Amino acid sequence: MAYLLQQMINGLTLGSIYGLIAIGYTMVYGIIGMINFAHGEIYMIAAFVAVIAFTALSNAPLVVAILLVLLFTMLITAAYGWTIERVAYRPLRGSFRLAPLISAIGMSIFLQNYVQLVQGARNKPVPPMVQGGFTIMDDGGFTVQLSYLQIMIVVTTVVLMVCFTQFINTTSLGRQQRACEQDKTMAALLGVNVDRTVSMTFVMGAALAAVAGVMVTLYYGVVDFYLGFLAGLKAFTAAVLGGIGSLPGAMLGGLLIGLIEAVWAGYFSSEWKDVAAFSILVLVLIFRPQGLLGRPEVEKV
Amino acid sequence: MLRIEGVHTFYGAIEALKGVDLHVEEGEIVAMIGANGAGKSTLLMTICGVTPARRGQIVFDSNDITAERTDNIVRRGIACSPEGRRIFPRMSVLENLRMGALTSDPARYDDNLATVFELFPRLKEREGQRGGTLSGGEQQMLAIGRALMSEPTLLLLDEPSLGLAPLVVKQIFEAIHRINSQRRMTVLLVEQNAHHALRLAHRGYVMVTGQITMTGTGRELLENPEVKAAYLEGGHA
Repeated sequence: MAYLLQQMINGLTLGSIYGLIAIGYTMVYGIIGMINFAHGEIYMIAAFVAVIAFTALSNAPLVVAILLVLLFTMLITAAYGWTIERVAYRPLRGSFRLAPLISAIGMSIFLQNYVQLVQGARNKPVPPMVQGGFTIMDDGGFTVQLSYLQIMIVVTTVVLMVCFTQFINTTSLGRQQRACEQDKTMAALLGVNVDRTVSMTFVMGAALAAVAGVMVTLYYGVVDFYLGFLAGLKAFTAAVLGGIGSLPGAMLGGLLIGLIEAVWAGYFSSEWKDVAAFSILVLVLIFRPQGLLGRPEVEKV
Repeated sequence: MLRIEGVHTFYGAIEALKGVDLHVEEGEIVAMIGANGAGKSTLLMTICGVTPARRGQIVFDSNDITAERTDNIVRRGIACSPEGRRIFPRMSVLENLRMGALTSDPARYDDNLATVFELFPRLKEREGQRGGTLSGGEQQMLAIGRALMSEPTLLLLDEPSLGLAPLVVKQIFEAIHRINSQRRMTVLLVEQNAHHALRLAHRGYVMVTGQITMTGTGRELLENPEVKAAYLEGGHA
């Protein structure tokens, strides 16, 4: 019981990170109907920027450092997100469907290699910064720990997701994004600058992935240039599980993938945890391709 | 107000408009009638820059808008209720109307909303309902209302009567008449329902396979034997 609780706490933490990345996949898919395969790399770059920024701010008070790093990382990755759309997607809009997919994969490989060249192939560590936590249960020698960092990650994620959902539902830009998602031509006929709205979607997805990148840097304390590949695939799995195109779906999918992975690693084998996550992807694609909260393709208009 | 000269539009290799000339003057209702596939909808999409003209010129309020981007054309004061209505299905009626108000002065939003609700009281009753769940007639009202929210000087309407019950068609045409006579709004109306359209319009054009074949006042066209034979005796009236 105590052991399961501990795994669930770990899983929720990990799931929050997946959820934040999954939003970027789901939003971009919603608006242009393409999977942005370079999105995982955005998250990896965020983690590197965070390492560099934390090192530079090592003398600053911790709260200030974290806030500054978050802000700085979001700005940098937003620029990357914008550029990816400009370079790998926009010139190919209107060409055959596979073209942007291929160019996004190319972009992903490019970004991995670029970071490897610039930052080196070795792991980059940061010293643990947020330490301590609560012992919430002691069950015959096994203690259940809930660290401050885990609380911080989950709370940040929940707050961000609530704010973000509000933003999409109530602001003019959010409405324009939803309009583009539903009918781009009509959106343009009402005066929406579709290109700019698509760019903003990449930027917003990148900024959320940046938060995930900062959190993962704090959580694991080590980053490498290959970090984005697996996390990106898992967040993509989360987006598909929740129903691609659905914001609440991405959050739910992220949490579920995190939980499944942690529980699997806790009870079976941690070497096989990736198999567990990706088996979910296969099963969802076979039995419920629209995902848990996605809508079926057909709809009355 | 709107002047179109020698406009050619292509879909790939298919020439949908083959040198169209027409003009719309301020305060007019102009009807464009023609059979299905004649190119009427293409004409409206070409004016809006969705399917840009390959040759020819489109001038609106003495600005050449032929090659302008759709959202910039719309900002000049053209609004469109397009073919198929294109309501945002997963937005509420009110959100659809808000989208319509994107290019107009936010300070005038409440007034414009009141005007639309006064014109189509049905929309007020359906305010919170999702666009995709409305009936055909309600969707048409919403499409016109959404176009009006931008306070356009030129309103483009594509087949507002398509697929609607006769009573609803009557309501819609009355609304168009009121928009034009009370608010002095210029209207370019594309219709297969020639009888209603020509009775409402000051002037009309007949389009056949991408070309204008006839023009005249609404009354002249209504009484023209060729128009009668081709468009009015199919039981539309």
